[in-house]
Amino acid sequence: MTTAVMATLDPKSRAAARGMSDLAIRNLFIIPTIAFLIIFNVFPLIYSLGYSFTDFRASMNAPARFVGLANYRELLNDPFIWSNFVITAKYVIISVVGQVLVGFGVAMLLNRTIPFKGLITTLLLLPMMLSMAVVGLFWKLLYSPNFGIINHALGLGTFEWLSDPDMALYAVAIVDIWMWSPFVMLLSLAGLSAVPKHLYEAAAIDRAGPLYTFFRITLPLVAPILMIAIIFRTMEAFKTFDLAFVLSSQPTTEVISIRLYKMAFQQWQTGMSCALAYIMLIMVLAITNIYVKYLNKVKER
Amino acid sequence: MTQIELRGVEKFFGEVQVIRNLDLFIDHNEFIVMLGPSGCGKTTTLRAIAGLETIDRGDILIDGKVVQHLKAADRDIAFVFQSFSLYPHMTVYENIAFPLRATRQSKAQVDLAVRQVAEILQITPLLSRRPSALSGGDMQRVAIGRALVRSPKALLMDEPIGALDAKLREEMRAEIKRLHMKQGSTTIYVTHDQVEAMSLADRVVIMHEGVLQQVGTPEEVYSRPANLFVAQFVGSPVMNIAEAHVAEEHGEARVRMAGAEQGFSFPRDLLGRLPAGSAGNGIALGIRPEGIAVEREPREGFLPVEARIIEPLGSHDIVDLQVGSQMLRARTKSGFVPRPGERVWARIDPVQAHFFDTQSGRSLGVRL
Repeated sequence: MTTAVMATLDPKSRAAARGMSDLAIRNLFIIPTIAFLIIFNVFPLIYSLGYSFTDFRASMNAPARFVGLANYRELLNDPFIWSNFVITAKYVIISVVGQVLVGFGVAMLLNRTIPFKGLITTLLLLPMMLSMAVVGLFWKLLYSPNFGIINHALGLGTFEWLSDPDMALYAVAIVDIWMWSPFVMLLSLAGLSAVPKHLYEAAAIDRAGPLYTFFRITLPLVAPILMIAIIFRTMEAFKTFDLAFVLSSQPTTEVISIRLYKMAFQQWQTGMSCALAYIMLIMVLAITNIYVKYLNKVKER
Repeated sequence: MTQIELRGVEKFFGEVQVIRNLDLFIDHNEFIVMLGPSGCGKTTTLRAIAGLETIDRGDILIDGKVVQHLKAADRDIAFVFQSFSLYPHMTVYENIAFPLRATRQSKAQVDLAVRQVAEILQITPLLSRRPSALSGGDMQRVAIGRALVRSPKALLMDEPIGALDAKLREEMRAEIKRLHMKQGSTTIYVTHDQVEAMSLADRVVIMHEGVLQQVGTPEEVYSRPANLFVAQFVGSPVMNIAEAHVAEEHGEARVRMAGAEQGFSFPRDLLGRLPAGSAGNGIALGIRPEGIAVEREPREGFLPVEARIIEPLGSHDIVDLQVGSQMLRARTKSGFVPRPGERVWARIDPVQAHFFDTQSGRSLGVRL
């Protein structure tokens, strides 16, 4: 209706009235964003690709020397790098599975009429809004073997959450689950409330039990949006740095981005670390692609 | 083979009472249509029978067993929703198979039953499609298929064809009727469309504001409406209702419309059959448009009236006649009255006249 009216107006008079053409306004909004993206994202992306084929060290004044694929060859043959990847994979699986189970479970609990639902939902979202570093720091206190409230509450004595090499990765994943389950919960809640109520009535009439209804009606219908949450969380977990860095310095919690950080800013192997960053990028893209393919398949129905 | 009985059922939504003291008995294999304007409680009643809605008082009995405390799943009743409620992520086959698979029937059994039902409803070619790829009529067939596939005790339908366009509605109406004659299961069908009700029902249940108005065969509710509401709700065009004064004149009864100078002549018999004391006032005359005869020349027993509006409907015309301060709509042959403003002569067929108490709205039960 509005567009129809607008179309009948003389374009010249509209432009005159506003003092600017639609095109000018569009450019005004888009150009700063594009410029920002090019300067801070696209340029470093391409520049670091160039560095990944050199032996450049940002700490030295020597000019970069082209070494071809040597950096990649060395990284992919390094068993320590592979162990970092294995740690990362373990971390991603534990934390994403944990987040989906907790987040979806809480969403199921909240998806009904309960008093103070809005307030409860908002409070549950708080962990997500905190800074990663802050979360890391205070969970370190909570985990403390001597005065930490977790050991006190669970009656675990002086259990070493973060100094125990086998436990540390789980401890970090638990913090990640605590922090990001609300995100999965939020998306799941949106998905759950979008399932039409009459489908549940139809299922009740069709004599489907609660479990059957859940697996045949609820889950398939929430799957697309749950999938989006899983994609986001997998990418984020794969890139995890701050939490693991703040919480623990164990070799068993050295996820790939910590390794990358050390390589780039402690050992100053800039060229090598650019190559590692590119390997990570390709992996994240590959994993995301698998999900997106599946998501499209789910959405087709 | 199922009997359903409601005894003193009451239901409140907060302060609002949506079902008032409802008693109803539905016999084996009967096709019952619940008819009423929106908000009259018919859908709530249907949902209560199915177990999708609780009731606040009274009993619901299925085959003599009290069921109002049972969950929907335990009542073994199928329900066809107005919105179809097909599972969007399943194929037509999976949709129809759902009630069987939910109760863990064997694969072979499921396949046989689904294919049989699909055959009856002529949707076999659609079995592998998803609901989003179906037309409204086919979606409805699938919804009915899903309801029929497990041979439920009773089939409840909530305005099942209300969302379809007029032509398709007519087709589906005939199909539902054919299906019921073939399957013969106890069926309760809710609609606000009186044509659907009349054409489908063994008995029509008319509700208004949560109160049952009349139960009877389509013929009964049409020709012997229990009150003013039923009289005006059933039949199209609507029955004329006019305040009338009945008096004796020249040895016969005269029914004079409010504001009119002359009255229509009725047999003398009428006087004695009206309740004592009411003969003068408080009576409403009800007459369907086809019960008014119209002539273009003066004739014995006809009153001169003015034609005000003419609605040509193709097969016939509806002519609005000014009688005193009242307007009566009469049905005539097409083009019988050439133009509005014309003087014509009208007579009311006493056999088709109904008399109501204007206070209570109830029919006085007078048939001539």
